[in-house]
Amino acid sequence: MTEITETVFAEAVDSRSDKPIYSVMKASRVGIAGLGGLGSNIASALVRSGIGHLTLADFDTVELSNINRQLYTLHHIGQKKACALPEILHEINPFCDITSLSVRITAENCKEIFADCNIIIEAFDIPEQKAMLVNTVMEQLPETYLISGSGMAGFGNANAIATRRITDKLTLCGDGVTDAAHGVGLTASRVMICAGHMAARAVEIILQKGVNYHE
Amino acid sequence: MVTINGETKAAEGMTVLELLASMHLMPERTAVMIGGEILPKSNYDQKLVNGDEVEIIGFVGGG
Repeated sequence: MTEITETVFAEAVDSRSDKPIYSVMKASRVGIAGLGGLGSNIASALVRSGIGHLTLADFDTVELSNINRQLYTLHHIGQKKACALPEILHEINPFCDITSLSVRITAENCKEIFADCNIIIEAFDIPEQKAMLVNTVMEQLPETYLISGSGMAGFGNANAIATRRITDKLTLCGDGVTDAAHGVGLTASRVMICAGHMAARAVEIILQKGVNYHE
Repeated sequence: MVTINGETKAAEGMTVLELLASMHLMPERTAVMIGGEILPKSNYDQKLVNGDEVEIIGFVGGG
């Protein structure tokens, strides 16, 4: 097999698109808060599209019960998600620059962690954390695009999961109502649909805005 | 009248906390925007006024 240089990789990405996207994707920086079912699958989609930089943050450790929907494999069990995920992502796209932090994101450290990102993606599990991140980013980083996911549990209609633009900067993905807390499971199919909506919105923003996010 | 998530309601004079309680929403699981601007949690005791356009996002678990 010929060596896969970044030029070869970029040509392969661009060959699946009607116009070149790699250079624009390469210039973009995305932050992902939470590396579970949403965050790990969103990151997978973005590195396959040639994203230039990811800032990843999660304090959690990979458990067997995560394997039903998260990108990790059995040999990652016991590892910090912030260590395991970049390893997987670099096997897909070694040219993506990744900063990965095993930290608990709070209203106090959120701005510092994600300040240099063009887009921040909320991919937490717990509703209080989702609300904290959305409130904090909108208050402290009002110029940054924000994509949040809410409502992807259960075995219901996949078409109920949708992308809704709340403001120019804020996009909400999910069915909005299916709560994982009511004894309703989380499965790969619905979580990955929601992750797909969120990653698709990020790519849409990047390709619409090019490299100038303040136009 | 106040517009709440696209629906018109007679909610003027209510605080945001009272409005959330009437909708059975927990303040720590919500984001509230008025006129497209995020409302800081410290201002949830603010009274709604005639013509306010309120967007309430209630978050559910799973990710």
